[in-house]
Amino acid sequence: MSRPPRKATEPPRRRGRIPPSGMVETRGAGLWLTHAGLIVGIAFIFFPIWLAFVASTVSQAEIVHPPMPLWPGDQFLANYRKALVSGINAPVALMLFNSAVMAIGIALGKIAISILSAFAIVYFRFPFRQVFFWLIFLTLMLPVEVRIVPTYEVVAGFGMLNSYSGLILPLIASATATFLFRQFFMTVPDELAEAARVDGARPMRFFLDILLPMSRTNMAALFVILFIYGWNQYLWPLLITTDPSMNTIVMGIKQMFPSGDDIADWPVIMATSILAMLPPVIVVVGMQRLFIRGLVESEK
Amino acid sequence: MATVTLRDVRKSFGRTEVIHGVDIDVADGEFIVIVGPSGCGKSTLLRMVAGLETVTEGEVLIDGARVNEKEPMDRDIAMVFQNYALYPHMSVFDNMAYGLKIAKVPKAEIRERVQVAAKLLQLEPYLGRKPRELSGGQRQRVAMGRAIVRKPAVFLFDEPLSNLDAKLRVQMRLEIKQLQRELGVTALYVTHDQVEAMTLADRMLVMNAGTADQIGAPLEVYADPRTEFVAGFIGSPPTNFLDAGKLGETGGAARMGMRPEHIRITEPGAARVAAQVLYTELLGAETLVHTRLDDGTLVTIRQEGAALPPKEGARVGLTWQAEDEMLFGGDGLRV
Repeated sequence: MSRPPRKATEPPRRRGRIPPSGMVETRGAGLWLTHAGLIVGIAFIFFPIWLAFVASTVSQAEIVHPPMPLWPGDQFLANYRKALVSGINAPVALMLFNSAVMAIGIALGKIAISILSAFAIVYFRFPFRQVFFWLIFLTLMLPVEVRIVPTYEVVAGFGMLNSYSGLILPLIASATATFLFRQFFMTVPDELAEAARVDGARPMRFFLDILLPMSRTNMAALFVILFIYGWNQYLWPLLITTDPSMNTIVMGIKQMFPSGDDIADWPVIMATSILAMLPPVIVVVGMQRLFIRGLVESEK
Repeated sequence: MATVTLRDVRKSFGRTEVIHGVDIDVADGEFIVIVGPSGCGKSTLLRMVAGLETVTEGEVLIDGARVNEKEPMDRDIAMVFQNYALYPHMSVFDNMAYGLKIAKVPKAEIRERVQVAAKLLQLEPYLGRKPRELSGGQRQRVAMGRAIVRKPAVFLFDEPLSNLDAKLRVQMRLEIKQLQRELGVTALYVTHDQVEAMTLADRMLVMNAGTADQIGAPLEVYADPRTEFVAGFIGSPPTNFLDAGKLGETGGAARMGMRPEHIRITEPGAARVAAQVLYTELLGAETLVHTRLDDGTLVTIRQEGAALPPKEGARVGLTWQAEDEMLFGGDGLRV
């Protein structure tokens, strides 16, 4: 997608020009103060991550011996290799893969199901349509934690413990995404559906050829949110995966903590933490433009 | 190419009937304009022909065959919408080709048909563009192109020009007329603009609150309106209505309609009625004189631009010829 051309009518910015309303220009001391505030804020957020990174590049001995080092050591390659290949319970590479399967599965599944249900609710008149909509909406009040025992029972009954389908399917319905798509579809002019009808498009054809491409940016924005939601799942994978080879990375980190008198291999645990953070960051940064476009504008 | 017939077509939304039985026979290749004020049911009528609205009662026939139960795509029609309804993510070419693609027309033929239509509408340089990169007039053309490439039996236009500025509207009006003549396709055209109706129509159907008040050639409707509503709606500036009783008219007429161009200004003494000039509008080719009768009725007179306009505030007399009088009964019907 190419960026729309800058409006030619926009006059060049001149000194002393009154800024457009809604925009505040700070100058002088105010400007520095704002920046100082921002920098302090960033330092607060970033320092623990920096510590984790430093811890992942030094040896075990250096961590347990105070004071804690503040600059990276020379064990970077060794620690990360150890984490990725052997890990503690399971290799981190495998856990990353499991997490990726689960997060992508949840994100794509949620998008597919909610866009279809939104399509049904907005474009078809069937008995109890509003009832169904409100039922879907009500499920917002039932997050995984509330229904975890019955869900576990069902998943166990289907023999889906320690499987990807067990990780993905119970989390795949999304009222939020359905609602979002419903709102978007309601802004699509009715004439578009009518024009497609006159053109001979059956409902599913209209959905695939017209609605789906038009929801592109919404889908991208949702994908980012849902990928992170799926990636950060902790409680559910912890419950249903007992086999270390099915561990996801977020719960896997917890599994690495020592029990009893074992010694914690902190450099490897910290390397794992850093690795666990990377995929969401990559997804957010990579899809940032689409993400923001999906949230602020809709193409009509 | 086809005929369209409506037989006592009625439409109800819930318990409210909005169209109270419309009959019309549209000949092959005829241009019919459905005109009326907003809310009179003209768009609903068109949408029933298109198949976007179900017919509550009566029959819609296209080329003699009943189509009440048919989907829009099976009716051999094409429709141009008021807001164009172009697919925003498709190029101009794809917008025009979409219907053909669904109909599984071979690719080479699609390309050829779109090219022909694009040439006809001067859209060739824009085929690769997206609708949002086009001006209003160009979007309008794309919407027409989408209708043309399908080679339908009937064109349906739902106020296609109301989103354009005045100058472009006049130009597109001519183009639509020319195009329809060239292609020889039967067309139904909905508008609230009586100038559009007058200039485009072979015959026009004047709708008033869900009924067809009059169907006829534009000049015929203009010269011989069958109801008071039609007399008032068609023509600009609108017909003046005077109290027939006060003028001493006979035949049970309640009101008398008089077109602005049929009234002449004379000396107060020898005239049919006396009036006071309120103000005059000098439009160059013509002059509109707004006057008030003694009973408070406002009367507009249209003069040639060359004629000397009366002074504002002056007492004048108004006179006309008896054959130009249009007499209406208390029920609004022509006497």
